[in-house]
Amino acid sequence: MTTSLFANIDWVGYVDWNVRDFHGYNTFRGSTYNAYLVRDERTALVDTVKAPYAGDLLKHVSSLTPLQKVDYVVVNHAEPDHSGSLPAVLKACPQATVVTNKKCQGILSGYYDTSEWKWQLVGTGDSLSLGSRTLSFLETPMVHWPDSMMTYVPEEKLLFSMDGFGQHYASGGRFDDEEPLETVLWEAKTYYANIIMWAGKPIQRALEAASGLDIGMIAPSHGVIWRSHLDRIIEAYKDWVVCRPTPKVLVVYESMWESTTQMARAIWEGACQQGVAAKLFDLRANSNTLLATEVLDAATIAWGSSTLNGGMLPLSGGALTYLKGLRPLCKAGFAFGSYGWSKGGAAAVQEMLEATKVELLREPLECQWRPTAEVLEECRRAGAMLADKATQLSCQTQPGG
Amino acid sequence: MKKYVCDVCGYVYDPEKGDPDNGVEPGTAFEDLPDDWVCPECFVSKDSFSPADE
Repeated sequence: MTTSLFANIDWVGYVDWNVRDFHGYNTFRGSTYNAYLVRDERTALVDTVKAPYAGDLLKHVSSLTPLQKVDYVVVNHAEPDHSGSLPAVLKACPQATVVTNKKCQGILSGYYDTSEWKWQLVGTGDSLSLGSRTLSFLETPMVHWPDSMMTYVPEEKLLFSMDGFGQHYASGGRFDDEEPLETVLWEAKTYYANIIMWAGKPIQRALEAASGLDIGMIAPSHGVIWRSHLDRIIEAYKDWVVCRPTPKVLVVYESMWESTTQMARAIWEGACQQGVAAKLFDLRANSNTLLATEVLDAATIAWGSSTLNGGMLPLSGGALTYLKGLRPLCKAGFAFGSYGWSKGGAAAVQEMLEATKVELLREPLECQWRPTAEVLEECRRAGAMLADKATQLSCQTQPGG
Repeated sequence: MKKYVCDVCGYVYDPEKGDPDNGVEPGTAFEDLPDDWVCPECFVSKDSFSPADE
C-alpha cells in the first residue's frame, strides 16, 4: 500500500506494528520506516527502510514505477533503520545513483560493501533537479547523527525531515490529521526525549536554518506526516530543545524493603500540597523510555535508592546512566534513600545527578532502617521545596518571562 | 587564539567563549583544554578537531 502526498510524490515505506524494542527504547506503539518516491522526468527514492522489509519497499516502488526508472536514491541518514535496504534496492535498481553527503558516504561504506555504488555527493545549498521538481539539501549534523540531512522540495513546500519531528508510532493513517493528535504529540515527545534530547543545540540550529524555508508539509522518517498541525509540533520542538521546565515534580525511586518507598511517598505528598503536578515513578514498575519522557518537561527531580552493597540499586544505576547520556537541561533536585548498617546509595545517586548537571538543592536525604516520623516530615518539607523550585524554574523560562 | 572545528559534527570551539557548561573558562586556548575534554555536542575527543579556516 502506498500513500500520495502530492501528485507523483508518494510514501512507499513500511509500517512495523510489532517492534517493541528499538535499541532499548520501548516502542509501545510500534513504528514506521518512511521512504518516499518522487517521480518526475527523473525519479528519486528518498531513503529506504529497515533491512527485513526491503521486499515490501521494492513492491511499493514497483507498483508506481518500473524499478529500472529509479535514477537516484537520496540517503538522508545512514542509520540502518533507514539505510538497511540500500544493498537490496541498489541490486534491484543498478542504474541508480546514491545521493548523499560526504559523512554519510563514509558511514555507509563502513556498514555495507559499496564498491559498486555510484555516488553524487551533496551538501547544504546544493540541489538536484528532477524536472518539474527540485530536491534541495540541508545538512543537519547531530539531528540525529553527524551525517543527518534533510531534503526540501520547494515546488511543494515539502520537507523530508529525517529523524526530526518523527515518532515511533505505527498507524493506518499516514497523516497527522488522520490519527489522534494528542497521542501523536505524546509519541513525538517520547521520541525526542529518548533519541535526540542530548542534541538540543544542534536541533536549535537546524530549526533556525529551516525557518528560512517556506514549509507546508513535514515528512519525517518515522511516524505520521505533518500537514495540518505543523504549528503544534514546531512549537513543541521550541520547548523541547531547551527542555523547558513545566511546574512538575518527579519523584523517582527504587526500594528494597519499602523504607525508600515511604520516603518517596512523603516527598510526593509534600510536593502535591503546593499545588504543582507531582508524579511518583517507581523504577521497578516503569521503563527508562517513560522516565526520559517524564524528565523532558519536569522542573525538579527527587531520586531515591536504598543502599545495596554500599552503592545504589541496579535499576537506578542503569536509569541514571541512560539519563546522563541524554543530557537533560534546566533540572534541579536531590537524592534520597534508606540504608542499613552503612551508607552509600543516596550519595551515589547524588553524584550521578551532579554528573547529569542537575542543580543540587540539598544534601542527600537519608534514613537508617525505617524512616521515623521526623524523617518523613523532613521528606514532606523537601517535597514542598521541590514544588516551589519547580514553580520558580517554570516561571523563569516562560517565553518572554 | 585560534578556533577549532569538530571534524565529526561541525561544532566550533571558540576560545573566547570557552565551554562553560563543561567547566572550561572563556579565554582557554584549544591547546590548553584538558586531555579528557570531549566535543560538547557529539562526544569525540580533541584529536578529532581541526583548526578553523579563517
